[in-house]
Amino acid sequence: MRIAIVDESPARASVIQEGLAELDDCEIFVVSDRNGLLARITEIAPDIVLMDLGNPSRDVLEEYFAVSRVLDRPIAMFVDESDEESIAASVEAGVSAYVVDGLAANRIRPLLDLAVRRFRAFARLQSDLAEARGQLAEREAVDKAKRILMDSRGLPEPEAYGELRRTAMNQGRRIADIAEAVITAHELMGKT
Amino acid sequence: MKTEMNIGFLPLVDACLPILAQEHGFAEEEGLTLRLVKDVSWATVLDRLLYGHSDAAHLVAPLAIATTLGRGRPAQPLSVPFVLGLNGNAITMRPEIAARVSPPGRLGDPAIVGAALAEVARQRIEAGKPLRFGVVHRYSSHNYMMRYWLAACGIRPDRDVEITTVPPPFCADALAAGEVDAICVGEPWNSVAVERGAGVIVLATAQIWRRGVEKVLALREPVLEQQRGSVEALIRALRKAGAHFVDPENWNANAAILARPQYLDGDARLIRRAISDRLLMARGQDTVHFADFMFQYREAANFPWVSQAQWFYTQMVRWDGIPFDPEEAQQAARVFRPDVYRSALAGTGEPLPGASSKVEGSLSGPLAVSMQQGDMTMTNNRFFDGLVFDPADLPGYLAKLP
Repeated sequence: MRIAIVDESPARASVIQEGLAELDDCEIFVVSDRNGLLARITEIAPDIVLMDLGNPSRDVLEEYFAVSRVLDRPIAMFVDESDEESIAASVEAGVSAYVVDGLAANRIRPLLDLAVRRFRAFARLQSDLAEARGQLAEREAVDKAKRILMDSRGLPEPEAYGELRRTAMNQGRRIADIAEAVITAHELMGKT
Repeated sequence: MKTEMNIGFLPLVDACLPILAQEHGFAEEEGLTLRLVKDVSWATVLDRLLYGHSDAAHLVAPLAIATTLGRGRPAQPLSVPFVLGLNGNAITMRPEIAARVSPPGRLGDPAIVGAALAEVARQRIEAGKPLRFGVVHRYSSHNYMMRYWLAACGIRPDRDVEITTVPPPFCADALAAGEVDAICVGEPWNSVAVERGAGVIVLATAQIWRRGVEKVLALREPVLEQQRGSVEALIRALRKAGAHFVDPENWNANAAILARPQYLDGDARLIRRAISDRLLMARGQDTVHFADFMFQYREAANFPWVSQAQWFYTQMVRWDGIPFDPEEAQQAARVFRPDVYRSALAGTGEPLPGASSKVEGSLSGPLAVSMQQGDMTMTNNRFFDGLVFDPADLPGYLAKLP
């Protein structure tokens, strides 16, 4: 079975590719570049195309499937119209699948389930990463604000931090927000 | 009544009414909160609608009909109780082609531009490099308006020119890279191409059909029935948003709202231009005014005339190469729901036409229309070639088309 993964995010494409690699008898092709997309699909002649819902080229691909005689086989989104649940799950996870008509449903289902799981895993990874990045940025801001207080008011480090924490508690705000305010005020005074 | 509605949209200026209905509190006045769900392809807007992520969607009108008829995917009946706007698209060509077919600095006569283009098309075929035009979707008014114009000018689509799909955000790139010679797209994407020097605006689609339907509010038919009260409230909110949208007082503020990252994420200057019916035809020139470039409100523009759905059905038959089928024609006609529009606005000051269908393209001057409620005068609604569409005789109309 030949599977094309069309995804402008190479990171996500490789997460999915890795997941599908555990299936037997599958050849996987990743297409990340939107230029020459249709030529590439023609060349790959896939049995299944997986594409993320956020890809602007979906309309291009659907048009190609609608008019193309290249593959000489009509392609429909999903193999079985009655398989509503797994379609809904894939839309939920953010992936669309186009399947060559005539491919047995029992071969599609596990593949699609796997793709959906990998899409979800990638979304989780991304939100973890965003959170970690946020935390890192906050820690940096607090450090910078501490240094400003230490320099400008001659405070030792623990007291500089204590000052930030006290202000945050008094104002019912987060330490990181107070730190941002200190940095902004410092910059406005031209003391960067 | 469901008080929260998710509405899918693509970042285009004509997604304005649901956005402004929410932003200016018109939805709230009707007891609704609208959550706008942005996507980047019509396929995804449609998937979200079909799988319940959205309750209603901003959709290219013919796609609502194609989905109901099961073209390209399993059939799912959609309903259109409100038209989000007429026209608002333009045809933008690579500068060297524009220079050969259109007068500089103004919109040309579609028949004359088409005649010049026929010559270019012929030369390009001889050179073995046929012209390629891009449209935003196979089932879009862009596709049908452009095909209508080309065919009426003696240029046979799919034989004399290739027509391909290009997503709106890539239109400027595709022109610049020479992947296509022309695009038919909504704003702000023509202006983006012009600003980059990648293209020159040659025609507004309103020149092809003065009152052509563009985007519609589409829902799954069962959802429309289940949420009838909310849908009618939404229609009233959208109508108020329309009045606000066309008032010049509000153009700056509305352009700024639409430009926000969660909506169009674009340049408020270009958006304001479209809202005020102005076009910058080519980089470095002054803008020109084209009345009714976008048409979102007057003359009950949002009323879903059954004849409009029927016109799209004839074009689908014409270009899909599928024979005319009276049963399908009926199904297509039923997608547009003037009955819902009427019951939503009965008892308000809104004009409600007495008929549900009309002969399209027959007016070259003002005509007072017979009304169920209010008064209304309709104006020029012609096709550029003067053909008239009579919904009572679809096969007869198809036979007259080139």
